[in-house]
Amino acid sequence: MLRFATAGSVDDGKSTLIGRLLLDTKALFEDQLEAVERTSRERGDDYTDLALLTDGLRAEREQGITIDVAYRYFATPRRKFVIADTPGHIQYTRNMVTGASTADLALVLVDARKGLVEQSRRHAFLATLLRVPHLVLCVNKMDLVDFDPAHYESVRQEFTAFATKLDISDLTFIPISALNGDNVVTRSENTPWYDGPSLLHHLENVHVASDRNLVDVRFPVQYVIRPQSKAARDYRGYAGQIAGGVLKPGDDVLVLPSGLTSRIASIEIAGKEVHEAYAPMSVTLRLSDDVDISRGDMICRPHNAATVAQDLQAMMCWMTDQPLKRGDRLVIKHTTRTARVVVKELLYRLDVNTLHRDETADQLGLNEIGRVGLRVTQPVFCDEYRRNRTTGGFILIDEGTNRTVGAGMIVSAG
Amino acid sequence: MSSDVDYRLSQLDTLEAESIHIMREVAAEFERPALMFSGGKDSIVMLRLAEKAFHPARIPFPVLHIDTGHNFPETLEFRDRRVAELEVRLLIASVQEAIDAGRSVEQKGRFASRNQLQTRSLLDAVEEHRFDALFGGARRDEEKARAKERVFSFRDEFGQWDPKNQRPELWSLYNTRLHRGENIRVFPLSNWTELDVWDYISAEQLEVPSIYFAHRRTVFERDGILLSDGPFVSRGEHEMLFTETVRYRTVGDMSCTGAVVSAASTVAEIIVEVAGARITERGATRADDRASEAAMEDRKKEGYF
Ligand SMILES: Nc1nc2c(ncn2[C@@H]2O[C@H](COP(=O)(O)OP(=O)(O)O)[C@@H](O)[C@H]2O)c(=O)[nH]1
Repeated sequence: MLRFATAGSVDDGKSTLIGRLLLDTKALFEDQLEAVERTSRERGDDYTDLALLTDGLRAEREQGITIDVAYRYFATPRRKFVIADTPGHIQYTRNMVTGASTADLALVLVDARKGLVEQSRRHAFLATLLRVPHLVLCVNKMDLVDFDPAHYESVRQEFTAFATKLDISDLTFIPISALNGDNVVTRSENTPWYDGPSLLHHLENVHVASDRNLVDVRFPVQYVIRPQSKAARDYRGYAGQIAGGVLKPGDDVLVLPSGLTSRIASIEIAGKEVHEAYAPMSVTLRLSDDVDISRGDMICRPHNAATVAQDLQAMMCWMTDQPLKRGDRLVIKHTTRTARVVVKELLYRLDVNTLHRDETADQLGLNEIGRVGLRVTQPVFCDEYRRNRTTGGFILIDEGTNRTVGAGMIVSAG
Repeated sequence: MSSDVDYRLSQLDTLEAESIHIMREVAAEFERPALMFSGGKDSIVMLRLAEKAFHPARIPFPVLHIDTGHNFPETLEFRDRRVAELEVRLLIASVQEAIDAGRSVEQKGRFASRNQLQTRSLLDAVEEHRFDALFGGARRDEEKARAKERVFSFRDEFGQWDPKNQRPELWSLYNTRLHRGENIRVFPLSNWTELDVWDYISAEQLEVPSIYFAHRRTVFERDGILLSDGPFVSRGEHEMLFTETVRYRTVGDMSCTGAVVSAASTVAEIIVEVAGARITERGATRADDRASEAAMEDRKKEGYF
């Protein structure tokens, strides 16, 4: 399964590309296509507007824009795909961040005629900030520049130069025409000078298994299973989803925050024992000692434990109208732990277009990103986000409105 | 990495792990959750996931059936048997009772259906039992408006969904905080497709009601949809009856759930059929979604599942 996020500025052809992928992999159904053809006809379009397929909500159809993250599904014999389709405007940075948070790959579209624009750089930056491991830059509308390699090359060179400022582990360029399908599903005859794969071929084959952290064992305890039945009276299982590492029965473990150690007696999935378990499996651990463990605790290995910290430095993406300021008190949800935090300092606000750091900033507004220092009322068990997206990411909640107001990525803790 | 090939999780295992995580999160963070069970394949899968999530303990929340009174008889029998096996508590919110008590008014005429009335009965049940979280079996691949639905979908105190005012959902961190009277619909199958559901039914060897399999049935056609003749449907004079080999792709109110022509009589044959299906599940079988392009969005805003 591959999850990917798409981004592009308005009219770069994102909706058309997604429509094309759905259509050509037969993920589109006749009735969906008919509905779109009907709407296109009624509006008097010259051709069927594939973009209509992905514009879900009425407000968006009326305004002709995409305002929220939409999830789409398609599959080929090789893989199942989940697309997080996110809108491009700067005011929707939070949606892009949301879509990228779970993505294995980010796909950024650029119009071949216009070349790189501010938004392309911002999207690429956000994808790397959220540590999406693979980035694909699709140079679209190649048909409108007569498939001229020079246009493609100039985008490629310009972006490669920009990319040196970012921490990108895997970057791929593909010249396409979303409208006509060139290099989308199959290699196009119109681009003999391009020797890379088609977009779909790349999506089907990109290697994602090694993107997970299989080294540091991290098991946030989510739920303690204690049956109230006679048959299983002494049963005590610690249920949760593995956030990192590989666990095996017989392994020594360390429990945070108590610091107690024990050994894994068995690993179960609905009563069936497994010989090993790794992220993102949801399992139940049974330990050989009767230690006191509850939700919010973390099980690790004795010589490789998560950082226990109350002071966090993090990159914050702010998601609500009311700006973030020093002294704000909020609720943090990190793995299976919930606590209160105080904003100690705002170190800088980042201009997501130029990457310039404004150290004089005294607040973070909606859709702005900056580095903050937080003090948590209780310790959290965490890693740097760059090492583990699950134990390094958190959300902030406003206690008054209960809204999710911020997304944070831990840079350092201690 | 030495042998990362060994650490790849299959698609179904990945989906299952995600859904189980969601269910445990709800059990841990809410006071009064319930699982909506319609007897259909999605709720059967949901129930199985709940069973696995808390094994060997019992499922720590009750099962809620919104009973339209227009059920396929097979579904009720099946529901009662599963509930007894799992030893979970079954709560029934009856649309008929709401009508009898004057809280709901039955629609009249040829297109009468109890689908809208389900919303009323559901909201009544939420109020009566003070549910704060309700699991629903909806999937994002079903319908356009659902593509933007969150896994944890927030409802105000009137049970309404505001698509422009949804909470951002990052990583697998779910904001479960509520004010009094508010509740959350939780969709653990959000990322599953119809095919995944059938693959899972096959892998787990789950039993599903017989109406999912091909059988001979007396039907008539309305707007390209095959409806079953029966006491809950008002058939027009020109709507001719005929016998056809059909199966159902969804199980709902008999008055508006259509059958599709099919010879698939086993789960394996259904999987082959679904893999090649050219019409969405809801488009083929739900007369209520056809009313307008934005039909589903409107009903969701009112508090539909
Ligand atoms: N000629 C050409 N037009 C395209 C291509 N891709 C998209 N378009 C057109 O560009 C316009 C904007 O596309 P759309 O998919 O709505 O862009 P979005 O705003 O990024 O979703 C539409 O008129 C599309 O038909 C392409 O590859 N070639």
